[in-house]
Amino acid sequence: MRYLPLTGADRKAMLAAIGAASVDDLFADVPEAARLTEPLDLPPHAGEIEVSRALAALAARNVAAGEAASFLGAGAYRHHVPATVDHLIQRGEFLTSYTPYQPEISQGTLQYLFEFQTQVALITGMEIANASLYDGASACAEAALMARRATRRRKVVASGGLHPHWRDTVATLLRYADAELVAAPADPLGGEDLASRIDADTACVIVQNPGVFGHLRDLSALGRACAEKGALLVVCVAEVVSLGLCVPPGAMGADIVVAEGQGLGNGLNFGGPYLGLFATRERFVRQMPGRIAGQTVDADGRRGWVLTLSTREQHIRREKATSNICTNSGLCALAFTIHLALLGEAGFRRLARINHARACELADRLAAIKGVAVLNDAFFNEITVRLPAPAAPVVDRLAEDGVFAGVPAARLFPGEGALADHLILCATELNTADEIERLGTALEGALR
Amino acid sequence: MSRGPQRPAGTAPATASDGGAFAGTVGGNRALLIEEPLLFEQGDPARAGVDLPEPEDAAPRLGGIERAGAIGLPGLSEPEVVRHFTRLSQKNYAIDAGLFPLGSCTMKHNPRLNERLARLPGFADLHPLQPLATVQGALALMDALGHWLKVLTGMPVLALPPAAGAHGELCGMMVIRAAHDAAGEDRRRVLVPESAHGTNPATAAACGYAVESIPADGRGRVDVAALKGKLGPDIAAIMITNPNTCGLFETDIIEIARAVHGAGAYFYCDGANFNAIVGRVRPADLGIDVMHFNLHKTFSTPHGGGGPGAGPVALVEALAPFAPVPWIVHGRDGFALRETAEGEAARSIGRLKAFHGQMGMFVRAYAYMLSHGGDGLRQVAEDAVLAANYLLASLEDTLSPAYPGPCMHECLFDDEALRPYDVSTLDFAKALIDEGFHPTTIYFPLVVHGAMLAEPTETEPKAELDRFIAAVRGLKDRLERGGAERLKSAPHYSPRRRLDETRAARAPVLRWSPPRPPEAAE
Repeated sequence: MRYLPLTGADRKAMLAAIGAASVDDLFADVPEAARLTEPLDLPPHAGEIEVSRALAALAARNVAAGEAASFLGAGAYRHHVPATVDHLIQRGEFLTSYTPYQPEISQGTLQYLFEFQTQVALITGMEIANASLYDGASACAEAALMARRATRRRKVVASGGLHPHWRDTVATLLRYADAELVAAPADPLGGEDLASRIDADTACVIVQNPGVFGHLRDLSALGRACAEKGALLVVCVAEVVSLGLCVPPGAMGADIVVAEGQGLGNGLNFGGPYLGLFATRERFVRQMPGRIAGQTVDADGRRGWVLTLSTREQHIRREKATSNICTNSGLCALAFTIHLALLGEAGFRRLARINHARACELADRLAAIKGVAVLNDAFFNEITVRLPAPAAPVVDRLAEDGVFAGVPAARLFPGEGALADHLILCATELNTADEIERLGTALEGALR
Repeated sequence: MSRGPQRPAGTAPATASDGGAFAGTVGGNRALLIEEPLLFEQGDPARAGVDLPEPEDAAPRLGGIERAGAIGLPGLSEPEVVRHFTRLSQKNYAIDAGLFPLGSCTMKHNPRLNERLARLPGFADLHPLQPLATVQGALALMDALGHWLKVLTGMPVLALPPAAGAHGELCGMMVIRAAHDAAGEDRRRVLVPESAHGTNPATAAACGYAVESIPADGRGRVDVAALKGKLGPDIAAIMITNPNTCGLFETDIIEIARAVHGAGAYFYCDGANFNAIVGRVRPADLGIDVMHFNLHKTFSTPHGGGGPGAGPVALVEALAPFAPVPWIVHGRDGFALRETAEGEAARSIGRLKAFHGQMGMFVRAYAYMLSHGGDGLRQVAEDAVLAANYLLASLEDTLSPAYPGPCMHECLFDDEALRPYDVSTLDFAKALIDEGFHPTTIYFPLVVHGAMLAEPTETEPKAELDRFIAAVRGLKDRLERGGAERLKSAPHYSPRRRLDETRAARAPVLRWSPPRPPEAAE
């Protein structure tokens, strides 16, 4: 077995050193009734060739988004990841290292986490950020829990533009936290009034910008309304590239910003692993969940980094910790950091402008189709259209012709009959003008 | 505007206290170890590491919230970025470089085949919301992974979504709470041994439970009498790690399970240490109701400097209705997904994250399983346990074992052998760094004074184990010869000497900030 270096002779020598007759002696503490004597019903070991063949056969039963003209978004975005990113994250010193518990031999990881935290703070317009959480949705739930702790209030108000997976994740995590989730109805037109839902027991208002239907909003007034009533404003960003072009949430009064960082550096991967970003104000630092890298000096006075403020964390505080989180998304954070380093100020802003321009082209092409209504005036790279027919069958039909036409709203809001004809589409720098035309033509054909 | 060649604060050349062979290079670098400023301290906003076309200038439709002003990101070309992160990487220890005996963390070899396969476009380039007809291979892989985990545990139900071990714990404990709630049982407390991972009590608290600690007996196992004394109608569950964090199999586990079930509670097993028993013991045969796996431990998906992981959870049949969504269901046209807690999933605890789980980790773990096969996985457990016992036997006269052997996949020492020299576990760990090793886990579990928990795993050649044993013996020998000071000031040869963690926490600096202009500096 190619991964197991011990030879029969090694095993024999080691058993002799231990003073055991056989390896079974080492398992003597296992109750006899629980010792497996027969081999399990599983196939025997296999070489690289056989394993590659088996996995390639499974992969071949899927249609990669890159094989189609894909307009899928709704929380997962297909962007070009520079070749450099994947090369660097596969360096064994990053890939096969552990959480940096021994900082003297983990300065590489700690320094990039510090850089990551700085990048996240800069693009969100916030003061501080942590070293990542599992994904945007779970980061959103952690934000709700943090607001619950920081305000000692019970109610969490969620926008009808919040991605339903994020909303449902919040609901799960609040379930046993002595809290109440007030979820506003789905808001396909982007006109909801959230300020009126804030009361004296509101811990936070959670709003996604751009929302799941693509609407982009100025949140400043909502931020002021929250501040007046002592509630925190939690702003969710599902498409992190939007921060290259839009006013950052921090400048609109956000107290906590959570984002899905997948769009930078990380592929679609069928939904995971992704990257939760979490940024907030400095005064909440001791309430913040997750790992944090901080600057310090070594015994020679040289600058270095460590994991810090761990008195918030489970391995120190146990049942009084701010969160139970331990392993998070380190390598995805590295990919994000490298991609954003490559983009830089100029590249990040330009990438965002390209995305917006493509989405404008997409909106114009779809608006030209008879019976199709584009529901967004202000958007980044994602829009919602109302079709003159249920969206899901149309999407399935177009998929057969190699066009992933978008996410039917019904897939995310299965209970909402009124959304059956709504379709959420996204365009990125990877969508060409030809693809947009292909989509337009195919949609015209399907609706005829 | 280039920032020029000034040296950023804190990277001054090594001082005299640095001592010995490394004193005084001109620039503070040490051959292969090159000082590297932060990204923000280099570059030029005019540079970029990408070439993107300027889009046509059209009126933006952003509703008036277009960003003004600079973000503050630096600009670097591709060669500068490659060099920056390559230099950073060279300051990290890694399993690729050597033995990583971090107890409880299962730092084993990460096969590169798994990396290649996870990057097949048919897995890596799948959008999670594609039409289901276009992702049947992905769902089949998830189903197959679930099948292997069911066979290995003997448990009939698998929940794949959790993103890490602690997320799996949360999933499992929420399922238990939902089951009690559904049965009209209002149980308020969860029992957790003193030796447990910190995530266990933190998880129980997140599920609204009060945590009650169970002491260990003199053999490093759960004190069964004390446990039985605490069982009662208010206990919802017990959370036990098995093999436990002392590296020992809980010999009374079947009796514990019987008592827990007799009291109407559920038995949660933290599966962090499954590597010790995979293919040799099925948790179902021990009476376990819920167990999470760490795919990034037992099944070798890379730790990546702290994630991403994956923490699927195995459940007994009675808990199946409460499993988190999405569920993979076998439909008329192949696999389908139940994505909301409705219909047959109405009693599900709901969603734990967006989409369907850590697919990238599932591909790697499945490739790992196919490579090993049933026979290879059993050999994994045997070699892991053999290696740990070899360390224990080889070091029992050098260090002080906390408990007599045999151990399982990790061996535990306390600091008794160090105390006569006034050297702490921390000092000893830092000295191991100078010898070219990642230290063992230290000060965990909490039940042992100055704990050192060593987990070599099955992927270490005997020669590497022998090298480690020789290093530990050599350090002890140095202590006996009056060399304690050398250990107390270790490490000497790492990219940084001992770092001031107190200072980091007292006045936190958690991000880079632009230097203040000179006139404002006073």
